[in-house]
Amino acid sequence: MLFLVLAKTLSVAVLVVGVFAPLVIWLARKQSSLQKDRSEANRANGGGGAFLGLSHPLADLPKLLTREDVAPAGANRVLQMLAPMIVAVPAIAALAVIPYGGAYTFGGTSVSFVIADIDWGLLYVFAIGSIATYGAVLARGSSNTSWSMLGGVQSAAQMISYGVVLGLSVVGVFMVFGSLKLTEIAHAQDQLLWSFWGPIGIPNWGIFLQPMGFVMFMACIMAENKRSAFDLPESDSELAAGDVAGRSGARFGLFYMTEFIEVVVIAGLMTSLFLGGWAIPLLSTDMIIAGVSSFFDEGLATIACALLQVGTFIAKMVFMVWLQMRIRLSLPRFRYDQLMTLCWKVMLPLSLVNIFATAAGLLAFGEVT
Amino acid sequence: MVGEYLGVLVLLGVAIAIVTVMMVIQLWAGPTRPLLEKPERIEFGEQQDSSPRERLSVRFYLVAILFVLFDAGAIYFYPWGATFREVGVPGLIAMGVFTVPLVVGLAYEWAKGALEW
Repeated sequence: MLFLVLAKTLSVAVLVVGVFAPLVIWLARKQSSLQKDRSEANRANGGGGAFLGLSHPLADLPKLLTREDVAPAGANRVLQMLAPMIVAVPAIAALAVIPYGGAYTFGGTSVSFVIADIDWGLLYVFAIGSIATYGAVLARGSSNTSWSMLGGVQSAAQMISYGVVLGLSVVGVFMVFGSLKLTEIAHAQDQLLWSFWGPIGIPNWGIFLQPMGFVMFMACIMAENKRSAFDLPESDSELAAGDVAGRSGARFGLFYMTEFIEVVVIAGLMTSLFLGGWAIPLLSTDMIIAGVSSFFDEGLATIACALLQVGTFIAKMVFMVWLQMRIRLSLPRFRYDQLMTLCWKVMLPLSLVNIFATAAGLLAFGEVT
Repeated sequence: MVGEYLGVLVLLGVAIAIVTVMMVIQLWAGPTRPLLEKPERIEFGEQQDSSPRERLSVRFYLVAILFVLFDAGAIYFYPWGATFREVGVPGLIAMGVFTVPLVVGLAYEWAKGALEW
């Protein structure tokens, strides 16, 4: 038990922090150079070759860790050291409840591809995510520079705008799947919503059941990530890099890394809530195991099924990462009053309507006992 | 019983370790070249005119009150949503009654112009 938990935790932490996050940084640079038609970062070349630009994320870490630790005059040093930790730790800890695959039985031992299968899964992500907000506001207040202070105020305005809709937009998903547990939500999507003919039809995915919830949750969670279109805390054209001012070396690096870990977390959440999690469209777990074990034995079939489904989850996550990049690079930034208008006057009433429309729908289809 | 929370605790420990190691490495590996003007001018070479710790008028404080109202309200939607199939029509009516004061609060602030900036 302990060994299994340690193995899962370490592999997820190492994979996401050490492999996925740098790859997403690399992808972000590639995508922005492609979309904005400009050269990408091209100064780091490991021994003569640029390796498709992959040497850049590799060079980032040693470079940032060997910078001088400079702070603006009058900055609160303790808070400045603490703030990046308060931001980075929750982002990594949120990885605990994402179901990277289903639960499989390998020769008598049941292995579930999630670190902690807790009952209030999504609520845990929100709870731990809101701790990161303290870090973000503390970091800005502690720098003692006007730009970062203004960034902090804008970030507070942003937080109170998207926060409510972020919480309310997913209530419909809980109603449809009847659970707060991410593993159960993912499992419920491994079947057909409506079948044309036998096993061919529309899968029971959140995006088909809750299209409005999908759009609103996507918008709000990108605001939580403080990415473009919602990057008020940074808003480089007005605040000259805003909150990034007054940070150096590892303290900057942690914020930067956290942003990309959050991109991975968001992709995982969106996938397991709306895109069917690890489920392969048109191929349910039973069908895969029955299909493969008719040629090979059952143990091999389970391994094949686990590999296929984890692979599917990663493929869907890659798609969501790409979608976030695409949105980030395509949209201009909202002014803070525009953002607050959008959240309070458009999305909040819509999310309440969505909840009661979902309730009416469930009643109409006779789903409620 | 720790049970499923063991994973959360281990991951939290790993996260704190990663972050601390990064900060410590920088303190150890980074150079120290103190220069009198560096901390003053770190912000794009400009000297600060005024203290950033001055009080500034935050015009969204009314919205912050509304935020507290809705955020506390939203948490009650969660257990209700997850058990909607069991609570059924009586639950829906109860939630409708619960939502009325929330919506009235929003409408009141909206009508009073608190949502205009």
